[in-house]
Amino acid sequence: MAEVSLHKLNKKFDTTHVVKDVDLQIRDKEFMVFVGPSGCGKTTTLRMIAGLEAITTGEIRIDDRVVNEVPPMDRDIAMVFQNYALYPHMSVASNLAFGLKMRKFEKAEIEKRINNAASILGIESLLQRKPRQLSGGQRQRVALGRAIVRDPKVFLFDEPLSNLDAKLRVQMRVELKKLHERLAVTSVYVTHDQVEAMTLGDRVVVMKDGLVQQVGEPLELYNTPANRFVAGFIGSPAMNFADVTLVENGGKPLAEAEGLRIGLPGELATRARAKTGHKATLGIRPEDIHIATAADAPEYCFEAAVEVVEQLGSEILLDMRVGPALMVASVEPTLRVRAHDKLKLALKPERLHLFDAETEAAI
Amino acid sequence: MAVTALSAAESKRLSPRLRKLEDERWLAMALLAPTAILLGLFIAYPFFEGVLLSLSSARVGDPGHFVGLKNFYKIWDDSIFRTTVWNTFWYTGVTTVFKLALGLWLAILLNRHFKGKAIIRAFILLPFIIPTVLSTFAWKWMFDPTFSVINWTLFQLGLITTRINWLGDPDLAMTSIIIINIWRGVPFFAITLLAGLQTISPELHEAAAIDGARPWARFWHVTWPLLMPVTLVVVLFSVIQTFADFQLVYVMTGGGPANATHLFATYAYQLGIGTGLLSEGAAISLAMFPFLFVIVVVQLLYIRRVETR
Repeated sequence: MAEVSLHKLNKKFDTTHVVKDVDLQIRDKEFMVFVGPSGCGKTTTLRMIAGLEAITTGEIRIDDRVVNEVPPMDRDIAMVFQNYALYPHMSVASNLAFGLKMRKFEKAEIEKRINNAASILGIESLLQRKPRQLSGGQRQRVALGRAIVRDPKVFLFDEPLSNLDAKLRVQMRVELKKLHERLAVTSVYVTHDQVEAMTLGDRVVVMKDGLVQQVGEPLELYNTPANRFVAGFIGSPAMNFADVTLVENGGKPLAEAEGLRIGLPGELATRARAKTGHKATLGIRPEDIHIATAADAPEYCFEAAVEVVEQLGSEILLDMRVGPALMVASVEPTLRVRAHDKLKLALKPERLHLFDAETEAAI
Repeated sequence: MAVTALSAAESKRLSPRLRKLEDERWLAMALLAPTAILLGLFIAYPFFEGVLLSLSSARVGDPGHFVGLKNFYKIWDDSIFRTTVWNTFWYTGVTTVFKLALGLWLAILLNRHFKGKAIIRAFILLPFIIPTVLSTFAWKWMFDPTFSVINWTLFQLGLITTRINWLGDPDLAMTSIIIINIWRGVPFFAITLLAGLQTISPELHEAAAIDGARPWARFWHVTWPLLMPVTLVVVLFSVIQTFADFQLVYVMTGGGPANATHLFATYAYQLGIGTGLLSEGAAISLAMFPFLFVIVVVQLLYIRRVETR
């Protein structure tokens, strides 16, 4: 049992306000991911939970106990650092044992826990080595092991995979997921990689400029982003945006821009009607655009000039110009298309997003 | 093919002497020559001259002749030489321990973040920057039997009633020069150890803090072992310098009172230059060599062990 709750959490470094009024309930056994661009305050928030950074105002509770003034060692947390932070002069076994020795565990118990963690992580053969004799992936495992042996209430991860190469990162991501399922310990994970956030998180917190932008399950963020920032940050390749004006034509709301005249369906139309005449941003994901066929209603179609064709094997990314806007579409890999071709494309109306031009909030 | 043709064409244009340099063995010798000549001229040659001198009966105005190890037998029986050996070890040992302890303490303080950090760090180096002879003269005034500011202060505070004769009493004189050496040496320790501390990732301290290590345990289990290679190098430098110290003792006491504060260098100077017994002075200088050699070898071996672990 371990819940972590942040209440009106603020952090200021001198005059810079890096974390602003963060409110969050992290449930027991939940894997919560903080994601955002660098400087968004995600790591600072994590460090405040760890007790490595003083809280300016607000409150952090771990299991209903306010820990604001509790030193890191007494919070019953374990942290995995970005650069692993393994003690370079100690063997792997001593690295794992250090936290337990400091807590005056029995020798037999320490040994038992080390062997258990080592077998979970598959590092039994490395126990006598020094950190510098290990590869990046192995160091990562040892860093995880150091957290596991402690059997803490909460795991904290500070961009633990960012120093690994792409292939290893994918592999470790899967292992982390399995590990969390097996250990079922409340985890807080910080990353700037939205793919990591989407694949690992039970829920994801998107942060920007110290503010929480949206909290939700990965698909919730993907399907119903709360604002333009979340819409652009989550998903790869990123969502296309076009500056449009909301107009009404014969009682039917439309989003209009140079080279683009898109009908708005269903509920979106109702919400857009209130903003008729206003500027807005139209959002559509690359995977929701396809080559137009006879089945597509003309109000969801538009013309585009292909500028670059990116063959990825499993799909083709078309970088296109639509009026003044640049857009990317992900289309079938079998399609034969070349740069400078003019295409007629259609989008899935139910996948359209609209954002207020000023507040950037979803309409 | 094109590359070979080009280099062949180029080497044709070079004079035969320069072409020799294309052979790496010749090039290596040419590049090493200046260093080898300098080392030979200023280190190897004087050293061997010193050895020859110590095996002769030379004195000022008399080139002397070969006498074998006679000079060494002579100094072996010399009670002042024995005092000198003991003094040198005591002086080196005590000052090194204090310089290390105080330097480390200062380095840890300076490693914190505070306002004016850069200025304080620069100021700390002052004792090290001032020419030793000058600062030692200042200390000489402070320890002067009549004008001592230290005596004055202690007197005003009511801690003493009579003057302390700092440099006139054999034990106090030794203590005095030890204090000055520590004062002068601490900045070097502090700045070097500070540089060492800054290479230790703060993440390690944070990891240790989360692991449950209190500040003292963090120092003992993380900082100290990681600082060890730097510490050993600083200690090595300091031991060599202190062991062969001359200026400080020469200015403060000249080896007195009653030869109580002689170190190898000052006694060798007094005997060789002061008394004119060049060969005996050389023998005393050389007697320093085996001691230093053992110290340096032991420390270097230990440094290598620490660095490869």
